[in-house]
Amino acid sequence: MSQITVADAVQPIASRKTAPQQTAAQKHTRQRLLLGLGLLVVFVLSLLVGRYPASGLIAWERLMGDELAQRLVLNLRLPRLLIALLLGMSLSAAGMVFQLLFNNPLVEPGFLGVSQGAAFGAAFCIVFLGGSAGAVQGLAAISAFAGLGFSYLLARRIRYGGWVLRLVLAGIAVSALFSAGLGLLKYMADPLRQLPEITFWLLGGLASVTWQKILTTLPTILTGLLVMFLYRWRLNLLGLTEETAFSLGATPGRERLLLIVAAVLPTATLISLAGMVGWVGLIVPHIARRLFGADARFALPAAMLLGGTFTILCDDLARTLLAGEIPLGILTSFFGAMVFLGLMILQGVRAQR
Amino acid sequence: MSERLLSFIEIIFGYDRKKTPVLAGLDVSLAAGHTAAILGPNGAGKTTLLHLALGWLKPWQGDIRLAGKPIGAYPRRELGCWMALVPQGEHIPFEYSVLEYVLLGRAPHLPPLAMPAEKDYAAAFDALEMAGIAALADHSLLALSGGERQLVLVARALAQQPRLLLLDEPTAHLDLRNKSRLIGVIRDLKKQGVTILMTSHEPEVVLAVADDVLLIEQGRVVAFGALDQALTAKNLSRIYGLPVRVVPVEGRKQVLWV
Repeated sequence: MSQITVADAVQPIASRKTAPQQTAAQKHTRQRLLLGLGLLVVFVLSLLVGRYPASGLIAWERLMGDELAQRLVLNLRLPRLLIALLLGMSLSAAGMVFQLLFNNPLVEPGFLGVSQGAAFGAAFCIVFLGGSAGAVQGLAAISAFAGLGFSYLLARRIRYGGWVLRLVLAGIAVSALFSAGLGLLKYMADPLRQLPEITFWLLGGLASVTWQKILTTLPTILTGLLVMFLYRWRLNLLGLTEETAFSLGATPGRERLLLIVAAVLPTATLISLAGMVGWVGLIVPHIARRLFGADARFALPAAMLLGGTFTILCDDLARTLLAGEIPLGILTSFFGAMVFLGLMILQGVRAQR
Repeated sequence: MSERLLSFIEIIFGYDRKKTPVLAGLDVSLAAGHTAAILGPNGAGKTTLLHLALGWLKPWQGDIRLAGKPIGAYPRRELGCWMALVPQGEHIPFEYSVLEYVLLGRAPHLPPLAMPAEKDYAAAFDALEMAGIAALADHSLLALSGGERQLVLVARALAQQPRLLLLDEPTAHLDLRNKSRLIGVIRDLKKQGVTILMTSHEPEVVLAVADDVLLIEQGRVVAFGALDQALTAKNLSRIYGLPVRVVPVEGRKQVLWV
């Protein structure tokens, strides 16, 4: 059997035709560099911005001379900034992974019972176990993973539909159960002491972040981010229908599970640390796709950079705008929706069939 | 007799073990370099058969062999290099460009987690040229017509450079010009030694490209053999349940049914 490949047969055309694509890739690289640079500038400025010694940027000379300012920047602002960065990156990347894997542009990273599980765990801890910060975080993490576990086990038991549909259904059912439980806990909570605490937790915030918390959560977060990043091109493959992904040499079941775990690990860890910071995981992937196209090879890193920048900016506002702290979740939802609407109106929406 | 590339040996397969099997007693093999067409009424099990060939579905009983080796014994990536599938259609909610999408066909040729390189772009472009949609390379997938999307799926399979190509009703949404182009593509692939297994509802396409035909009805083989022997008025009338005539027109066979 002769083995002339398709490429050999029409080789001369190839070299001539690759040129425009290479420039498109170069354009993407340039845009990504810009995004990275933007993130860096925002990060450095955010270190300097705050309410000490006065509202606004701290002067460089002041920072060099003032020991209190140095400690404040290193022990309060830097860890908080790092977590905001990781939170934005993880939620955005996980959102994009989920939207691709579930072939659904409307899912967000917490939908497999993770967000509602964490909320239930945190509320349970506040109502029944006194609600020290560490305990709330621990229980939220445990029940976030329990939510995922339930969803997964339930999906395996559902008797009809493809794998994706089963997981979506299971995720919805488990989330609903946890949210019913959360409703019950809110109803039972002491309206003067516990209910406000639950409400604040649900709105999200990074005020309680310390270096120690970062160090204990960093390994899970980075592992998840790294796996998602390495899979950025292959993700496109896993978003295809299962038999097509299979025909392209993938092992859809196993690889999708790996990516779900990689997406949920940092999400659950960060939700339990920071509360419900909504809309980042839903909207940033859309913005990234609008700027870079659907190919996750470009859109996923872009979503990470955009999500990090966006969350840092929102957290800057959360801690500087008023004397008290504004819950981060409110700001991310508000500005996320505004930016998204702006992009859609400015660029025009092409039909999503 | 030429070498057997793909053999179905005593296959029994169904989706639900409590019900009667979808395919029963399938025992056919495909000669290397031949183009074989599967004909049969809707729901006869044509797509199921392609998915079995792909290794995606596993038979209850029997053995599927590719080049003499059981299909389950191939590593996933190697099988992806061996064969490509052109499905009937795909639902994609995201705005991929045609080129990005066709590039996915290079996946089995790349090491795990590698990004497509320049030579993969070249192969994807060649595939687009061959499918006749190079001009659409930068278009959004969502803006294409049904027929153009079908050609994109064909191009992706071509980018995979398979030795065995599985096509599931590849001409269903195509206009006459694109149908004739696809027939040309299939003939070109055949000249390069690619073995082709396709399903079709269009006897004229089958007559134009197939060496062998497999006629199935309710999961059972009605006839399998060379085009001339198997594609007869009697067999076609039987599987479709209506009088079909096969007549020569301008020296070529034509199927009449209305």
